[in-house]
Amino acid sequence: MGARLLASIDEPPRPHAGHPARRASFNDRSCEAGKEHQGAFSVRLRLPPERASRHRSAGVTQLLTADEVSRALRRLAHELLEANRGADDLVLVGIQTRGVPLAKRLAALIEDIEGTEVPAGALDVTLYRDDLTRRGPLPLGETRVPVSVDGRTVVLVDDVLYTGRTIRAAMEAVLELGRPARIRLVALVDRGHRELPIRADHVGKNLPTSADDRIRVLVEEVDGRDEVVAEEGADA
Amino acid sequence: MKPLANLLSIEDLDAEQVVGILDTAEQLLPIAERRRNSVPTLRGKVVCNLFLEDSTRTRISFDIAAKRLSAEVINFSAKGSSVSKGESFKDTALTLDAMGVDCVVVRSGSSGAPLQLSRYLEVPILNAGDGWHQHPTQALLDVFTMRRHLGDLAGRHVVVVGDVLHSRVARSEVQALKLLGARVTLVSPPTLLPPAVERWGVQVSQDLDAVLPDADVVYLLRVQRERMHRAFFPTSREYSRVWGVDVARLEKLPDHAIVMHPGPMNRGVEITADVADSERAVIVEQVTNGIATRMACLYLLLSGDAEGAEVTA
Repeated sequence: MGARLLASIDEPPRPHAGHPARRASFNDRSCEAGKEHQGAFSVRLRLPPERASRHRSAGVTQLLTADEVSRALRRLAHELLEANRGADDLVLVGIQTRGVPLAKRLAALIEDIEGTEVPAGALDVTLYRDDLTRRGPLPLGETRVPVSVDGRTVVLVDDVLYTGRTIRAAMEAVLELGRPARIRLVALVDRGHRELPIRADHVGKNLPTSADDRIRVLVEEVDGRDEVVAEEGADA
Repeated sequence: MKPLANLLSIEDLDAEQVVGILDTAEQLLPIAERRRNSVPTLRGKVVCNLFLEDSTRTRISFDIAAKRLSAEVINFSAKGSSVSKGESFKDTALTLDAMGVDCVVVRSGSSGAPLQLSRYLEVPILNAGDGWHQHPTQALLDVFTMRRHLGDLAGRHVVVVGDVLHSRVARSEVQALKLLGARVTLVSPPTLLPPAVERWGVQVSQDLDAVLPDADVVYLLRVQRERMHRAFFPTSREYSRVWGVDVARLEKLPDHAIVMHPGPMNRGVEITADVADSERAVIVEQVTNGIATRMACLYLLLSGDAEGAEVTA
Protein backbone atom coordinates (compact mmCIF):
# COMPACT_ATOMS: atom_id res chain seq x y z
CA MET A 1 0.00 0.00 0.00
CA GLY A 2 2.60 2.47 1.12
CA ALA A 3 4.92 1.36 -1.63
CA ARG A 4 2.27 1.99 -4.28
CA LEU A 5 1.59 5.46 -2.96
CA LEU A 6 5.22 6.41 -2.86
CA ALA A 7 5.67 5.11 -6.36
CA SER A 8 2.83 7.28 -7.58
CA ILE A 9 4.47 10.35 -6.06
CA ASP A 10 7.63 9.75 -8.00
CA GLU A 11 5.85 9.27 -11.29
CA PRO A 12 6.83 11.80 -13.90
CA PRO A 13 4.09 14.33 -14.61
CA ARG A 14 1.85 13.69 -17.58
CA PRO A 15 3.03 15.45 -20.71
CA HIS A 16 -0.30 17.04 -21.65
CA ALA A 17 -1.79 19.99 -19.81
CA GLY A 18 -5.41 20.67 -18.94
CA HIS A 19 -7.58 17.94 -17.53
CA PRO A 20 -6.60 14.63 -19.03
CA ALA A 21 -9.31 12.02 -18.76
CA ARG A 22 -8.63 9.50 -16.08
CA ARG A 23 -10.96 6.65 -15.40
CA ALA A 24 -11.52 6.09 -11.69
CA SER A 25 -10.19 2.66 -10.97
CA PHE A 26 -11.66 0.14 -8.59
CA ASN A 27 -8.16 -0.26 -7.23
CA ASP A 28 -7.89 3.34 -6.13
CA ARG A 29 -7.56 2.96 -2.43
CA SER A 30 -8.66 6.38 -1.38
CA CYS A 31 -12.29 7.32 -1.85
CA GLU A 32 -11.88 11.02 -1.21
CA ALA A 33 -13.28 12.29 -4.44
CA GLY A 34 -12.03 15.62 -5.58
CA LYS A 35 -9.56 15.90 -2.76
CA GLU A 36 -7.03 14.35 -5.04
CA HIS A 37 -7.31 15.85 -8.44
CA GLN A 38 -5.79 13.47 -10.89
CA GLY A 39 -3.70 14.48 -13.82
CA ALA A 40 -1.60 17.56 -14.42
CA PHE A 41 -0.91 20.09 -11.70
CA SER A 42 0.44 23.57 -11.94
CA VAL A 43 2.92 25.00 -9.48
CA ARG A 44 0.68 27.57 -7.91
CA LEU A 45 1.10 26.74 -4.26
CA ARG A 46 1.22 29.94 -2.29
CA LEU A 47 3.77 28.83 0.23
CA PRO A 48 5.87 30.82 2.65
CA PRO A 49 9.60 30.69 1.80
CA GLU A 50 10.53 28.35 4.65
CA ARG A 51 8.00 25.83 3.33
CA ALA A 52 9.18 26.17 -0.20
CA SER A 53 12.65 25.26 0.97
CA ARG A 54 11.33 21.88 2.04
CA HIS A 55 11.25 20.62 -1.51
CA ARG A 56 12.12 16.97 -1.48
CA SER A 57 11.96 15.98 -5.08
CA ALA A 58 10.56 17.45 -8.24
CA GLY A 59 6.83 17.99 -7.93
CA VAL A 60 6.49 17.04 -4.26
CA THR A 61 6.51 19.64 -1.50
CA GLN A 62 6.39 18.75 2.15
CA LEU A 63 3.76 20.81 3.94
CA LEU A 64 3.83 19.21 7.39
CA THR A 65 6.45 17.00 9.00
CA ALA A 66 5.67 14.04 11.23
CA ASP A 67 6.35 16.21 14.31
CA GLU A 68 4.02 18.91 13.07
CA VAL A 69 1.28 16.34 12.43
CA SER A 70 1.66 14.96 15.92
CA ARG A 71 1.64 18.44 17.51
CA ALA A 72 -1.46 19.37 15.52
CA LEU A 73 -3.24 16.21 16.69
CA ARG A 74 -2.33 16.93 20.32
CA ARG A 75 -3.74 20.44 20.01
CA LEU A 76 -6.88 19.08 18.34
CA ALA A 77 -7.41 16.67 21.24
CA HIS A 78 -7.18 19.58 23.70
CA GLU A 79 -9.50 21.72 21.60
CA LEU A 80 -12.07 18.94 21.40
CA LEU A 81 -12.03 18.48 25.16
CA GLU A 82 -12.35 22.19 25.74
CA ALA A 83 -15.24 22.61 23.29
CA ASN A 84 -17.01 19.54 24.63
CA ARG A 85 -16.24 20.39 28.29
CA GLY A 86 -14.65 16.99 28.84
CA ALA A 87 -14.80 13.62 27.14
CA ASP A 88 -18.31 12.57 28.14
CA ASP A 89 -20.59 11.28 25.40
CA LEU A 90 -17.98 11.75 22.70
CA VAL A 91 -17.72 9.28 19.81
CA LEU A 92 -14.89 9.77 17.35
CA VAL A 93 -15.73 8.53 13.87
CA GLY A 94 -12.93 8.45 11.31
CA ILE A 95 -13.82 8.70 7.64
CA GLN A 96 -12.23 5.95 5.55
CA THR A 97 -9.40 5.59 4.78
CA ARG A 98 -7.01 7.93 6.60
CA GLY A 99 -9.52 9.49 8.96
CA VAL A 100 -9.80 6.15 10.73
CA PRO A 101 -6.26 5.98 12.20
CA LEU A 102 -6.44 9.71 12.95
CA ALA A 103 -9.63 9.18 14.99
CA LYS A 104 -7.98 6.32 16.86
CA ARG A 105 -4.99 8.51 17.70
CA LEU A 106 -7.19 11.38 18.86
CA ALA A 107 -9.06 8.93 21.12
CA ALA A 108 -5.75 7.75 22.60
CA LEU A 109 -4.58 11.34 23.14
CA ILE A 110 -7.87 12.24 24.85
CA GLU A 111 -7.50 9.21 27.09
CA ASP A 112 -3.96 10.35 27.99
CA ILE A 113 -5.19 13.82 28.88
CA GLU A 114 -8.53 13.06 30.56
CA GLY A 115 -8.14 9.44 31.63
CA THR A 116 -11.49 8.70 29.98
CA GLU A 117 -11.80 6.09 27.27
CA VAL A 118 -13.47 7.52 24.18
CA PRO A 119 -14.95 5.16 21.59
CA ALA A 120 -13.47 5.48 18.09
CA GLY A 121 -15.02 4.03 14.96
CA ALA A 122 -14.81 4.00 11.19
CA LEU A 123 -17.20 5.30 8.58
CA ASP A 124 -17.17 4.49 4.89
CA VAL A 125 -19.19 7.06 2.96
CA THR A 126 -18.87 5.53 -0.52
CA LEU A 127 -22.50 4.39 -0.62
CA TYR A 128 -23.61 7.98 0.11
CA ARG A 129 -21.41 9.79 -2.40
CA ASP A 130 -23.03 12.13 -4.91
CA ASP A 131 -20.35 11.44 -7.54
CA LEU A 132 -20.47 7.65 -7.55
CA THR A 133 -21.99 7.51 -11.03
CA ARG A 134 -19.03 9.46 -12.35
CA ARG A 135 -16.33 7.65 -10.41
CA GLY A 136 -17.81 4.30 -9.43
CA PRO A 137 -17.80 1.55 -8.68
CA LEU A 138 -15.41 2.26 -5.82
CA PRO A 139 -14.25 -0.35 -3.31
CA LEU A 140 -16.17 -0.29 -0.05
CA GLY A 141 -14.50 0.14 3.32
CA GLU A 142 -15.71 -0.94 6.70
CA THR A 143 -18.25 1.00 8.71
CA ARG A 144 -17.95 0.17 12.39
CA VAL A 145 -19.12 2.44 15.16
CA PRO A 146 -18.69 0.61 18.48
CA VAL A 147 -21.48 2.40 20.38
CA SER A 148 -24.89 3.81 19.57
CA VAL A 149 -24.65 7.39 18.34
CA ASP A 150 -28.03 8.26 19.87
CA GLY A 151 -27.75 11.32 22.09
CA ARG A 152 -23.95 11.50 21.80
CA THR A 153 -21.62 14.02 20.25
CA VAL A 154 -20.29 12.44 17.08
CA VAL A 155 -16.96 13.89 16.00
CA LEU A 156 -16.22 13.21 12.35
CA VAL A 157 -12.48 12.99 11.71
CA ASP A 158 -11.08 13.43 8.22
CA ASP A 159 -7.60 13.96 6.84
CA VAL A 160 -8.28 16.69 4.27
CA LEU A 161 -11.27 19.00 4.12
CA TYR A 162 -11.73 20.19 0.56
CA THR A 163 -15.03 20.46 -1.33
CA GLY A 164 -17.11 19.38 1.67
CA ARG A 165 -18.88 16.71 -0.33
CA THR A 166 -17.34 13.84 1.62
CA ILE A 167 -18.53 15.47 4.86
CA ARG A 168 -22.03 15.92 3.43
CA ALA A 169 -22.08 12.19 2.65
CA ALA A 170 -20.65 11.40 6.09
CA MET A 171 -23.36 13.39 7.85
CA GLU A 172 -26.01 11.48 5.94
CA ALA A 173 -24.32 8.19 6.84
CA VAL A 174 -24.09 9.11 10.55
CA LEU A 175 -27.74 10.18 10.64
CA GLU A 176 -28.68 6.75 9.26
CA LEU A 177 -26.92 5.16 12.24
CA GLY A 178 -29.05 7.01 14.76
CA ARG A 179 -29.84 10.42 16.17
CA PRO A 180 -26.73 12.02 17.61
CA ALA A 181 -27.09 15.07 19.88
CA ARG A 182 -24.69 16.92 17.60
CA ILE A 183 -22.13 16.29 14.88
CA ARG A 184 -18.75 18.01 14.95
CA LEU A 185 -16.00 18.00 12.36
CA VAL A 186 -12.25 17.72 12.84
CA ALA A 187 -9.94 17.96 9.82
CA LEU A 188 -6.18 17.59 9.97
CA VAL A 189 -5.83 19.83 6.92
CA ASP A 190 -8.27 22.39 5.53
CA ARG A 191 -7.27 23.27 1.99
CA GLY A 192 -10.23 25.50 1.11
CA HIS A 193 -12.27 25.38 -2.13
CA ARG A 194 -15.56 24.43 -0.48
CA GLU A 195 -18.46 23.60 -2.77
CA LEU A 196 -20.97 23.19 0.05
CA PRO A 197 -21.69 25.32 3.12
CA ILE A 198 -19.59 23.18 5.46
CA ARG A 199 -17.00 24.32 7.99
CA ALA A 200 -14.75 22.32 10.30
CA ASP A 201 -15.05 22.93 14.04
CA HIS A 202 -11.38 22.14 14.60
CA VAL A 203 -8.62 22.29 12.02
CA GLY A 204 -5.07 20.98 12.38
CA LYS A 205 -3.63 23.25 9.72
CA ASN A 206 -5.11 25.63 7.18
CA LEU A 207 -3.23 25.22 3.90
CA PRO A 208 -4.30 27.58 1.13
CA THR A 209 -3.89 25.69 -2.11
CA SER A 210 -4.70 25.91 -5.76
CA ALA A 211 -7.46 23.59 -6.90
CA ASP A 212 -4.95 22.02 -9.29
CA ASP A 213 -2.68 20.86 -6.50
CA ARG A 214 -3.01 17.48 -4.93
CA ILE A 215 -2.70 17.38 -1.16
CA ARG A 216 -1.84 14.05 0.37
CA VAL A 217 -1.95 13.21 4.03
CA LEU A 218 0.21 10.19 4.74
CA VAL A 219 -0.30 8.36 8.00
CA GLU A 220 1.92 5.81 9.65
CA GLU A 221 -0.82 3.15 9.91
CA VAL A 222 -1.58 3.23 6.17
CA ASP A 223 1.46 4.72 4.45
CA GLY A 224 4.28 3.85 6.83
CA ARG A 225 5.02 7.45 7.85
CA ASP A 226 3.32 10.68 8.91
CA GLU A 227 3.58 13.55 6.49
CA VAL A 228 1.49 16.04 4.54
CA VAL A 229 2.69 16.74 1.01
CA ALA A 230 1.56 18.64 -2.04
CA GLU A 231 2.11 17.06 -5.40
CA GLU A 232 2.47 19.31 -8.41
CA GLY A 233 2.89 18.85 -12.11
CA ALA A 234 5.88 20.54 -13.77
CA ASP A 235 3.92 21.88 -16.73
CA ALA A 236 2.26 24.98 -15.36
CA MET B 1 -10.31 -5.34 -10.28
CA LYS B 2 -11.49 -5.36 -13.89
CA PRO B 3 -14.91 -3.72 -14.11
CA LEU B 4 -17.92 -5.93 -14.66
CA ALA B 5 -20.08 -5.29 -17.73
CA ASN B 6 -22.51 -8.16 -17.16
CA LEU B 7 -22.77 -11.12 -14.84
CA LEU B 8 -23.67 -13.99 -17.14
CA SER B 9 -21.44 -16.82 -15.97
CA ILE B 10 -18.74 -17.52 -13.42
CA GLU B 11 -16.60 -18.51 -16.43
CA ASP B 12 -16.36 -14.82 -17.39
CA LEU B 13 -14.82 -13.87 -14.04
CA ASP B 14 -11.26 -14.06 -12.77
CA ALA B 15 -10.27 -14.76 -9.18
CA GLU B 16 -9.71 -11.08 -8.42
CA GLN B 17 -13.23 -10.21 -9.54
CA VAL B 18 -14.75 -12.98 -7.42
CA VAL B 19 -12.80 -11.78 -4.38
CA GLY B 20 -13.85 -8.19 -5.22
CA ILE B 21 -17.52 -9.20 -5.22
CA LEU B 22 -17.13 -11.12 -1.94
CA ASP B 23 -15.31 -8.19 -0.26
CA THR B 24 -18.04 -5.82 -1.42
CA ALA B 25 -20.72 -8.20 -0.13
CA GLU B 26 -18.95 -8.32 3.23
CA GLN B 27 -19.36 -4.56 3.66
CA LEU B 28 -22.99 -4.68 2.51
CA LEU B 29 -23.95 -7.54 4.83
CA PRO B 30 -24.98 -5.27 7.76
CA ILE B 31 -27.47 -3.61 5.40
CA ALA B 32 -28.71 -6.98 4.12
CA GLU B 33 -29.11 -8.16 7.73
CA ARG B 34 -30.99 -4.95 8.54
CA ARG B 35 -28.48 -3.95 11.19
CA ARG B 36 -28.12 -0.79 9.11
CA ASN B 37 -30.73 1.12 7.12
CA SER B 38 -30.88 0.97 3.37
CA VAL B 39 -28.53 3.28 1.47
CA PRO B 40 -29.27 5.81 -1.31
CA THR B 41 -26.53 4.45 -3.59
CA LEU B 42 -28.63 3.42 -6.62
CA ARG B 43 -31.36 6.04 -6.27
CA GLY B 44 -32.97 6.70 -9.64
CA LYS B 45 -31.77 3.44 -11.21
CA VAL B 46 -34.38 1.02 -12.51
CA VAL B 47 -33.76 -2.71 -12.14
CA CYS B 48 -36.03 -5.05 -14.09
CA ASN B 49 -36.52 -8.58 -12.78
CA LEU B 50 -37.37 -10.55 -15.92
CA PHE B 51 -38.43 -13.95 -14.63
CA LEU B 52 -39.43 -16.31 -17.40
CA GLU B 53 -39.20 -19.35 -15.14
CA ASP B 54 -40.80 -19.80 -11.72
CA SER B 55 -38.73 -18.63 -8.83
CA THR B 56 -39.71 -17.19 -5.51
CA ARG B 57 -36.60 -16.95 -3.40
CA THR B 58 -34.22 -15.68 -6.09
CA ARG B 59 -36.68 -13.06 -7.34
CA ILE B 60 -37.46 -11.83 -3.83
CA SER B 61 -33.76 -11.83 -2.99
CA PHE B 62 -32.95 -9.64 -6.01
CA ASP B 63 -35.97 -7.47 -5.27
CA ILE B 64 -34.82 -6.84 -1.69
CA ALA B 65 -31.19 -6.36 -2.75
CA ALA B 66 -32.14 -3.66 -5.25
CA LYS B 67 -34.44 -1.92 -2.76
CA ARG B 68 -31.80 -1.86 0.00
CA LEU B 69 -29.70 0.12 -2.47
CA SER B 70 -32.70 2.41 -3.23
CA ALA B 71 -33.10 1.26 -6.84
CA GLU B 72 -36.57 1.05 -8.34
CA VAL B 73 -37.67 -2.48 -9.18
CA ILE B 74 -39.96 -3.65 -11.96
CA ASN B 75 -41.05 -7.27 -11.76
CA PHE B 76 -41.79 -8.88 -15.07
CA SER B 77 -42.79 -12.53 -15.06
CA ALA B 78 -43.82 -14.73 -17.96
CA LYS B 79 -47.25 -15.44 -16.51
CA GLY B 80 -49.70 -12.63 -17.05
CA SER B 81 -47.36 -10.68 -19.31
CA SER B 82 -46.95 -10.15 -23.01
CA VAL B 83 -44.74 -13.27 -23.11
CA SER B 84 -47.80 -15.43 -22.45
CA LYS B 85 -49.43 -13.72 -25.44
CA GLY B 86 -46.61 -14.96 -27.64
CA GLU B 87 -44.25 -12.01 -27.71
CA SER B 88 -40.77 -13.08 -28.72
CA PHE B 89 -37.83 -12.84 -26.35
CA LYS B 90 -36.21 -10.23 -28.53
CA ASP B 91 -39.29 -8.03 -28.64
CA THR B 92 -39.65 -8.30 -24.88
CA ALA B 93 -36.03 -7.20 -24.54
CA LEU B 94 -36.45 -4.24 -26.88
CA THR B 95 -39.60 -3.19 -25.04
CA LEU B 96 -37.74 -3.16 -21.74
CA ASP B 97 -34.97 -1.14 -23.35
CA ALA B 98 -37.44 1.40 -24.68
CA MET B 99 -38.88 1.75 -21.19
CA GLY B 100 -35.47 2.84 -19.97
CA VAL B 101 -34.40 0.17 -17.51
CA ASP B 102 -30.82 0.38 -16.20
CA CYS B 103 -30.26 -3.34 -15.55
CA VAL B 104 -32.06 -6.58 -16.32
CA VAL B 105 -31.99 -9.53 -13.95
CA VAL B 106 -33.05 -12.51 -16.01
CA ARG B 107 -34.16 -16.01 -15.05
CA SER B 108 -34.95 -18.39 -17.85
CA GLY B 109 -35.45 -22.09 -18.45
CA SER B 110 -33.36 -21.80 -21.60
CA SER B 111 -29.57 -22.01 -21.28
CA GLY B 112 -28.00 -18.98 -22.90
CA ALA B 113 -31.01 -16.64 -22.65
CA PRO B 114 -29.06 -14.04 -20.58
CA LEU B 115 -26.21 -14.08 -23.10
CA GLN B 116 -28.71 -13.56 -25.90
CA LEU B 117 -30.28 -10.70 -23.96
CA SER B 118 -26.87 -9.06 -23.51
CA ARG B 119 -26.57 -8.94 -27.30
CA TYR B 120 -29.88 -7.10 -27.63
CA LEU B 121 -29.36 -4.63 -24.80
CA GLU B 122 -26.59 -2.26 -23.78
CA VAL B 123 -27.51 -2.24 -20.08
CA PRO B 124 -25.90 -4.73 -17.66
CA ILE B 125 -27.50 -8.17 -17.65
CA LEU B 126 -27.47 -10.27 -14.51
CA ASN B 127 -28.07 -13.99 -14.89
CA ALA B 128 -30.42 -15.26 -12.18
CA GLY B 129 -30.29 -18.83 -13.49
CA ASP B 130 -30.57 -20.13 -17.05
CA GLY B 131 -31.58 -23.71 -17.78
CA TRP B 132 -28.89 -26.23 -16.85
CA HIS B 133 -26.19 -23.69 -17.58
CA GLN B 134 -25.32 -21.18 -14.83
CA HIS B 135 -26.57 -19.57 -11.64
CA PRO B 136 -23.67 -17.24 -10.85
CA THR B 137 -25.15 -15.32 -7.90
CA GLN B 138 -26.00 -18.59 -6.15
CA ALA B 139 -22.39 -19.73 -6.52
CA LEU B 140 -21.11 -16.38 -5.27
CA LEU B 141 -23.37 -16.35 -2.22
CA ASP B 142 -22.30 -19.91 -1.47
CA VAL B 143 -18.57 -19.20 -1.62
CA PHE B 144 -19.27 -16.02 0.39
CA THR B 145 -20.94 -18.15 3.08
CA MET B 146 -18.08 -20.67 3.01
CA ARG B 147 -15.50 -17.91 3.31
CA ARG B 148 -17.29 -16.42 6.31
CA HIS B 149 -17.11 -19.77 8.10
CA LEU B 150 -13.77 -21.12 6.91
CA GLY B 151 -11.71 -18.08 5.91
CA ASP B 152 -9.58 -18.40 2.79
CA LEU B 153 -10.92 -21.24 0.66
CA ALA B 154 -7.58 -22.19 -0.93
CA GLY B 155 -6.96 -25.87 -0.23
CA ARG B 156 -10.39 -26.39 1.36
CA HIS B 157 -12.36 -29.47 0.37
CA VAL B 158 -15.96 -29.07 -0.78
CA VAL B 159 -18.09 -32.15 -1.38
CA VAL B 160 -21.02 -31.55 -3.73
CA VAL B 161 -23.67 -34.26 -3.46
CA GLY B 162 -26.57 -35.08 -5.72
CA ASP B 163 -28.03 -34.23 -9.08
CA VAL B 164 -25.06 -32.61 -10.80
CA LEU B 165 -26.46 -33.29 -14.27
CA HIS B 166 -29.42 -30.92 -14.08
CA SER B 167 -27.78 -28.47 -11.76
CA ARG B 168 -26.76 -25.01 -12.96
CA VAL B 169 -25.83 -24.37 -9.34
CA ALA B 170 -23.24 -27.16 -9.42
CA ARG B 171 -21.69 -25.87 -12.65
CA SER B 172 -21.29 -22.34 -11.31
CA GLU B 173 -20.29 -23.54 -7.88
CA VAL B 174 -17.44 -25.74 -9.12
CA GLN B 175 -16.05 -22.91 -11.27
CA ALA B 176 -16.18 -20.39 -8.43
CA LEU B 177 -14.56 -22.82 -5.99
CA LYS B 178 -11.78 -23.64 -8.42
CA LEU B 179 -11.08 -19.92 -8.97
CA LEU B 180 -10.58 -19.58 -5.21
CA GLY B 181 -8.31 -22.63 -5.07
CA ALA B 182 -10.67 -25.04 -3.31
CA ARG B 183 -10.74 -28.78 -4.00
CA VAL B 184 -14.07 -30.22 -5.13
CA THR B 185 -15.41 -33.77 -5.02
CA LEU B 186 -18.68 -34.57 -6.74
CA VAL B 187 -20.66 -37.42 -5.20
CA SER B 188 -23.53 -38.46 -7.39
CA PRO B 189 -25.42 -41.42 -8.82
CA PRO B 190 -23.71 -42.29 -12.15
CA THR B 191 -26.99 -41.49 -13.93
CA LEU B 192 -26.92 -37.91 -12.62
CA LEU B 193 -23.35 -37.06 -13.60
CA PRO B 194 -22.90 -34.81 -16.65
CA PRO B 195 -21.28 -36.47 -19.70
CA ALA B 196 -17.98 -34.55 -19.77
CA VAL B 197 -17.44 -34.39 -16.02
CA GLU B 198 -13.82 -35.53 -16.35
CA ARG B 199 -13.08 -32.13 -17.90
CA TRP B 200 -14.40 -30.25 -14.87
CA GLY B 201 -11.14 -30.79 -13.03
CA VAL B 202 -12.78 -32.30 -9.96
CA GLN B 203 -12.72 -35.63 -8.20
CA VAL B 204 -15.75 -37.88 -8.62
CA SER B 205 -16.85 -40.43 -6.08
CA GLN B 206 -19.75 -42.78 -5.55
CA ASP B 207 -19.03 -43.32 -1.88
CA LEU B 208 -20.35 -40.50 0.28
CA ASP B 209 -19.28 -42.09 3.57
CA ALA B 210 -15.67 -42.32 2.39
CA VAL B 211 -15.29 -38.61 1.53
CA LEU B 212 -17.12 -37.08 4.51
CA PRO B 213 -14.28 -37.30 7.09
CA ASP B 214 -12.12 -35.15 4.81
CA ALA B 215 -14.77 -32.51 3.93
CA ASP B 216 -14.85 -28.86 5.02
CA VAL B 217 -18.22 -28.29 3.34
CA VAL B 218 -20.96 -30.69 2.30
CA TYR B 219 -23.09 -29.05 -0.36
CA LEU B 220 -26.34 -30.88 -1.02
CA LEU B 221 -28.05 -30.30 -4.34
CA ARG B 222 -31.79 -30.42 -4.63
CA VAL B 223 -33.35 -33.43 -6.33
CA GLN B 224 -35.00 -31.58 -9.20
CA ARG B 225 -38.04 -33.65 -9.95
CA GLU B 226 -39.38 -31.07 -12.38
CA ARG B 227 -36.36 -31.62 -14.64
CA MET B 228 -36.35 -35.42 -14.36
CA HIS B 229 -38.29 -36.99 -17.16
CA ARG B 230 -36.52 -40.33 -16.91
CA ALA B 231 -35.89 -42.73 -14.05
CA PHE B 232 -32.49 -41.58 -12.80
CA PHE B 233 -32.75 -43.45 -9.51
CA PRO B 234 -35.26 -46.05 -8.32
CA THR B 235 -37.02 -44.36 -5.37
CA SER B 236 -36.68 -41.34 -3.12
CA ARG B 237 -36.09 -43.67 -0.21
CA GLU B 238 -33.19 -45.31 -1.93
CA TYR B 239 -31.76 -41.93 -2.93
CA SER B 240 -32.03 -40.78 0.66
CA ARG B 241 -30.29 -43.91 1.97
CA VAL B 242 -27.35 -43.77 -0.47
CA TRP B 243 -26.94 -40.04 -1.23
CA GLY B 244 -28.82 -38.22 1.54
CA VAL B 245 -27.25 -36.75 4.67
CA ASP B 246 -28.68 -37.86 8.00
CA VAL B 247 -27.39 -37.50 11.55
CA ALA B 248 -25.15 -40.58 11.26
CA ARG B 249 -23.40 -39.04 8.26
CA LEU B 250 -23.28 -35.63 9.92
CA GLU B 251 -21.23 -37.19 12.70
CA LYS B 252 -18.64 -38.38 10.21
CA LEU B 253 -17.80 -34.78 9.32
CA PRO B 254 -14.94 -32.90 10.98
CA ASP B 255 -16.14 -30.60 13.77
CA HIS B 256 -15.67 -27.39 11.77
CA ALA B 257 -17.45 -28.60 8.64
CA ILE B 258 -20.70 -26.99 7.51
CA VAL B 259 -23.71 -28.31 5.60
CA MET B 260 -25.18 -26.21 2.80
CA HIS B 261 -28.15 -26.42 0.45
CA PRO B 262 -29.28 -23.94 -2.20
CA GLY B 263 -32.94 -24.45 -1.33
CA PRO B 264 -35.72 -25.22 -1.61
CA MET B 265 -34.98 -28.39 0.36
CA ASN B 266 -36.70 -31.74 -0.05
CA ARG B 267 -36.63 -32.73 3.60
CA GLY B 268 -36.33 -36.49 3.91
CA VAL B 269 -34.76 -36.89 0.46
CA GLU B 270 -31.34 -35.20 0.13
CA ILE B 271 -31.29 -33.99 3.74
CA THR B 272 -33.11 -35.18 6.84
CA ALA B 273 -35.06 -32.71 8.93
CA ASP B 274 -32.76 -33.01 11.95
CA VAL B 275 -29.70 -32.24 9.82
CA ALA B 276 -31.45 -29.30 8.17
CA ASP B 277 -32.28 -27.89 11.60
CA SER B 278 -28.89 -28.63 13.17
CA GLU B 279 -26.32 -26.00 14.02
CA ARG B 280 -24.01 -27.31 11.32
CA ALA B 281 -26.48 -26.37 8.59
CA VAL B 282 -26.03 -22.77 7.42
CA ILE B 283 -28.94 -22.88 4.98
CA VAL B 284 -30.88 -19.97 6.48
CA GLU B 285 -27.71 -17.89 6.60
CA GLN B 286 -27.23 -18.56 2.88
CA VAL B 287 -30.50 -16.72 2.24
CA THR B 288 -29.36 -13.53 4.02
CA ASN B 289 -25.92 -13.79 2.46
CA GLY B 290 -27.70 -14.04 -0.89
CA ILE B 291 -29.13 -10.56 -0.42
CA ALA B 292 -25.69 -9.13 0.43
CA THR B 293 -24.07 -10.86 -2.54
CA ARG B 294 -26.76 -9.67 -4.96
CA MET B 295 -26.43 -6.15 -3.55
CA ALA B 296 -22.71 -6.38 -4.27
CA CYS B 297 -23.36 -7.49 -7.87
CA LEU B 298 -25.89 -4.70 -8.45
CA TYR B 299 -23.55 -2.15 -6.86
CA LEU B 300 -20.61 -3.20 -9.02
CA LEU B 301 -22.69 -3.32 -12.21
CA LEU B 302 -24.70 -0.15 -11.66
CA SER B 303 -22.89 2.37 -9.48
CA GLY B 304 -20.47 3.49 -12.16
CA ASP B 305 -21.19 4.99 -15.52
CA ALA B 306 -18.47 4.13 -18.00
CA GLU B 307 -19.05 7.25 -20.12
CA GLY B 308 -19.30 9.54 -17.12
CA ALA B 309 -16.12 8.06 -15.65
CA GLU B 310 -14.14 9.53 -18.52
CA VAL B 311 -14.89 13.07 -17.42
CA THR B 312 -12.60 14.57 -14.83
CA ALA B 313 -13.64 17.13 -12.27
